[in-house]
Amino acid sequence: MIRFENVTKVYDQTARPALDSINLEIDRGEFAFLVGASGSGKSTFLRLVLKEDRASSGAVYVAGQNVANISSWRVPRLRRGIGVVFQDFRLLPQKTVFANVAFAMQVIGKSRSVIRDTVPEVLKTVGLEGKENRLPHELSGGEQQRVAIARAVVNRPGILLADEPTGNLDPTTSMGIMGVLDKINQNGTTVVMATHDDDIVNEMRKRVVELKNGVVIRDEARALYTSMIPVVGQSRRLKDASGRDPGPEPVAASPRSETSAALRSGTRAQARAAAEGTL
Amino acid sequence: MRLAFVLGEIGSGLRRNVSMVVSVILVTFVSLTFVGAAGMLQLQINQMKGYWYDKVQVAIFLCSDGSTAAGCATGPVTAEQQANLRTLLESPAVHQYVNDFAFESQDDAYRHFKEQFSNSPIVESVTPDQLPASFRINLKDPEKYQIISETFSSQAGVESVIDQRQLLERLFSVMNAASLVAVSVAGVMIVCAILLIATTIRLSAFSRRRETGIMRLVGASKAVIQLPFILEGVIAAVIGAALASGTLWAAAHFFLGEYLAKQYPDTAFISPAQTLLLAPALIGLGVLLAGTSSLLTLRRYLRV
Repeated sequence: MIRFENVTKVYDQTARPALDSINLEIDRGEFAFLVGASGSGKSTFLRLVLKEDRASSGAVYVAGQNVANISSWRVPRLRRGIGVVFQDFRLLPQKTVFANVAFAMQVIGKSRSVIRDTVPEVLKTVGLEGKENRLPHELSGGEQQRVAIARAVVNRPGILLADEPTGNLDPTTSMGIMGVLDKINQNGTTVVMATHDDDIVNEMRKRVVELKNGVVIRDEARALYTSMIPVVGQSRRLKDASGRDPGPEPVAASPRSETSAALRSGTRAQARAAAEGTL
Repeated sequence: MRLAFVLGEIGSGLRRNVSMVVSVILVTFVSLTFVGAAGMLQLQINQMKGYWYDKVQVAIFLCSDGSTAAGCATGPVTAEQQANLRTLLESPAVHQYVNDFAFESQDDAYRHFKEQFSNSPIVESVTPDQLPASFRINLKDPEKYQIISETFSSQAGVESVIDQRQLLERLFSVMNAASLVAVSVAGVMIVCAILLIATTIRLSAFSRRRETGIMRLVGASKAVIQLPFILEGVIAAVIGAALASGTLWAAAHFFLGEYLAKQYPDTAFISPAQTLLLAPALIGLGVLLAGTSSLLTLRRYLRV
């Protein structure tokens, strides 16, 4: 569904690239977490998928189409196939919940009757039935994010990109949001979520792609927020990537210091080799 | 649905930005009024030129019933006198200066008079026999007017020989200078209008950046996103152009029609209806102004 082939993105010629020869494929119906520190390239990844920016080199394929070959007047069509959710919700404050979701359909010319039928249905999916006429400031953060998700999926996109959707929410609310995203994923939508939230990643046990300084340093299926594999144990790492449930590991309890230490000890080339090994 | 949506967006944009929209209306109104004033002056010049102005330089008016000139003591011009004059015009002595000449009978004169003074009440009180017949002469060299004048003034049956151009040219040069001034003022005002429209659109785009951001993300087409902004500018400019057209009409109706026409009954003035011919041009110019300046602004401030 999304494929990056040797994608490099350079914003500033003098600095290091935001993305450095990324190779990555996310299949239809997959749920993938994009993790990594700020500045690791997560947002750049999402922007390239949306064709908000052009890759400096390499090719980005979305739904089988190289986005570099999409002419500017067809970009809206590309974006109709992609829903986006942000950390700050981005709702229209003077519009009701219903109107916020309906807005996404109005601007692409859906008829009033279709909107009347679809919006309540989608609001039900995200668990907001009965709150159609509230204004955003009358809702909790979690509810506002549900509205944003409803708006992102109301036109039935094949891909949902979420950029730290739980960044402003408490853990319990976050889990509720993850439930909604999971449900949307179950319905066949490919979900890519950039996040810092380790609890959520550990809870969900989905594919994890870790970026660091613009390079994929880890790509594991059903993984935790941080790698459970010591850098030396490459064979075991490949096994994990092949889909075996790593099970509850003691690493999960205090994962951060250990991994970062491991990463620090390994050279970047090693890390990249390891990452490519898992592809 | 999409049309209704775009219209709704335009409405809310205009409401949110009332003071800026009013200033755009006023600036386009003033600038287009100056453009229109220049246009009106040119129309007026054309009106005053009448039927013969561009075709001939000299008119030899023949005696008619009411003539009081010395040469007309014998009464209206006779057919014989007229034939003599024609022979004289065709004689080699005169013909070397003449490119071409035409005879305007009293009926022709009446017809042309009616055309030129169609807006004036004077038409009703004039009959063909009050107007002199004339020879209209196109000179090879307009400077040779004196020769024609000397030759014909003393001929029997000639009331007067007139160099029409000399009468009108000074007036026209004043009017042309006035229209040049009007066009220059209009030019400056148009620059103002373009900048003001650009600023208005920028403000409008900024105050609605949330909406446009979301529209972009959910895949609204460029037209749906940009059209409300462009049309906002265009609507304001069209209102300004309509006000300018109305002002010109009022000027023609009240100033020319009611005041100047009474002061100078022997001058042909343009009618208020003629100024309305300028309205489509003014509105078109307003749309062009607003459309281009908002398009250019949006290209910079509203990425799609």
